[in-house]
Amino acid sequence: MQTFFQQIINGLSLGSIYALLALGYTMVYGIIKLINFAHGDIYMLGAFWGYYVINVWHFNFIMALLSAMLVGAASGVIIEYFAYRPLRHSPRITALITAIGVSFLLENGMSYLFSSNTRDFPQIIKQVNYNVGGILISNIQILILVTACILMVLLQLIIKKTKMGRAMRAVSVDPDAAELVGININWTISFTFALGSALAGAAGVLIGLYYNSIDPLMGMTPGIKAFVAAVLGGIGSVPGASVGGFIIGILETFVQSIGLSAYKDAVVYFVLIVILLILPAGIFGKSAKEKV
Amino acid sequence: MKANFKYNVVWLIMMVAGFYLMNTLIMIGVIDSFIENMLVTIGINIILATGLNLIIGFAGQFSLGHAGFMAIGAYATAIITQTASTTGGFYVSIFIGIVVAIIAALIVGIPTLRLRGDYLAIATMGASEIIRILINNMKMTGGAAGMFNIPQFADWPTVYIMVCVTTIVIVNFIHSRAGRAVKSVREDEIAAEAMGINVTKWKLAAFVLGASTAAIAGSLHASYLQTIAPNDFGIMESISILIIVVLGGVGSITGTFVAAVVLGVLDTVLQNFGALRMVIYAAALILIMIFKPTGLLGTWELSIKKIFSRSKRKERVES
Repeated sequence: MQTFFQQIINGLSLGSIYALLALGYTMVYGIIKLINFAHGDIYMLGAFWGYYVINVWHFNFIMALLSAMLVGAASGVIIEYFAYRPLRHSPRITALITAIGVSFLLENGMSYLFSSNTRDFPQIIKQVNYNVGGILISNIQILILVTACILMVLLQLIIKKTKMGRAMRAVSVDPDAAELVGININWTISFTFALGSALAGAAGVLIGLYYNSIDPLMGMTPGIKAFVAAVLGGIGSVPGASVGGFIIGILETFVQSIGLSAYKDAVVYFVLIVILLILPAGIFGKSAKEKV
Repeated sequence: MKANFKYNVVWLIMMVAGFYLMNTLIMIGVIDSFIENMLVTIGINIILATGLNLIIGFAGQFSLGHAGFMAIGAYATAIITQTASTTGGFYVSIFIGIVVAIIAALIVGIPTLRLRGDYLAIATMGASEIIRILINNMKMTGGAAGMFNIPQFADWPTVYIMVCVTTIVIVNFIHSRAGRAVKSVREDEIAAEAMGINVTKWKLAAFVLGASTAAIAGSLHASYLQTIAPNDFGIMESISILIIVVLGGVGSITGTFVAAVVLGVLDTVLQNFGALRMVIYAAALILIMIFKPTGLLGTWELSIKKIFSRSKRKERVES
């Protein structure tokens, strides 16, 4: 029972990172139907930014997190402006290949400029382990979980309560109709990218703290996992992405704890396929009935 | 059959001429082993990409799991030719690779092809990753280290002939009654179903045919390079095949050929740039997609028939 709860705690902290990333995927997909492959690399940029400011400018954790979110948002908006905006009306598969191109560019550009070595993330917060009824919880795990939850609640508030959030929802339902009622589509899409990428930047700093090592290719695998999480929860659905992220995180740690770590990814994909077969639009996705 | 006899002969002559041209170039030393290596890689990529183009461009099913089927072919050849090290063994291994790939494609395809668009892409990607992870953890396949010292039976004539054979099979499939059924599924599933086309069956047919050509390419890859590892067949491999298809133009076999050659040459030229190589490659990819969103050739196809009929029309106008 103790190991069970221990794994739940570990799974939740890993899952909250996936959830933060998956939110960015799901928002971008919801609004322009693009699988933003470069999203995982914005997370990498966030981690590198955190590494830089903590080491050079001696920022504290909150400052590093906030500035990484700003950097993430800025890079998301720039990428959208230069790479995706010209392709908004071309075939979707073209935009997808462009996104893959941007991802390659960021990964290899960073390796080229700053070398591809793995480096240690500065530990600005000293790790303290609490023992709660035999379960070990570190303060970093609590920090990750709390930060992720605060960010997700904030995001939900922005989407549901603000004018911009309403515009985002309108554009994702029908861009043309949204434009007719006076919504600036370009501005709304940029805002969506900024929001999603800010979350990815935050996730980058958090994972740096948690795993203590970063490198230019670190965004690839978590990026794909987070996308799987977004699909699992029903792509385009914000609560779905959070739930999907937590499911993937917990699943992964459980498979690892029963000694099948070599098959950890296979189990994740298998569960994904099975869920998609039962619920073809994911857990929270709306399955649209096709009209003839 | 007779109506197209003339055009088929022209195609055949072109293929044979291409073969002899390359042969002479290799004999007189214009093509050294370095370029020959590049040509073989391009050939293998062409086989992979035409198969994927059949699935994506003609059947309209977005599959991201092509590398998984390639892995099946590669490992079939690696395992069989290490015990039966003869040319016959090599061809048997290709055949077994195809059979296993077809079985895998059926297992993957029957449930997942009901999904649409990006959901299908992610499900096929997951399936191909499962194949890779299974290979990674099996004793027979040498685990994560992979297999080496695979006897080399695939030299460039084998690859060239295989490129011709798979292309002929796929192009004929596209131009047949089956191909028209597959294309109607791409255009509108409901309309196709209303016309009495078994949607699932034709989707699956295209998927299985694509998977079996991928297995052939995998066999050639294993036998030519002599070393394989599970990580060669990851998501990145599937994506690089997808890049060839989209760059050439989704739904254009000629485009796939052009894109495979362009990317192969680009890759070889960029070897000189060292670390900057992938940066330039990525930038080129983004720029081509922004300025030519439908791919290099769009849906244009090279067709001897069209060229013939155009020149005939010209003659008629002149006379």
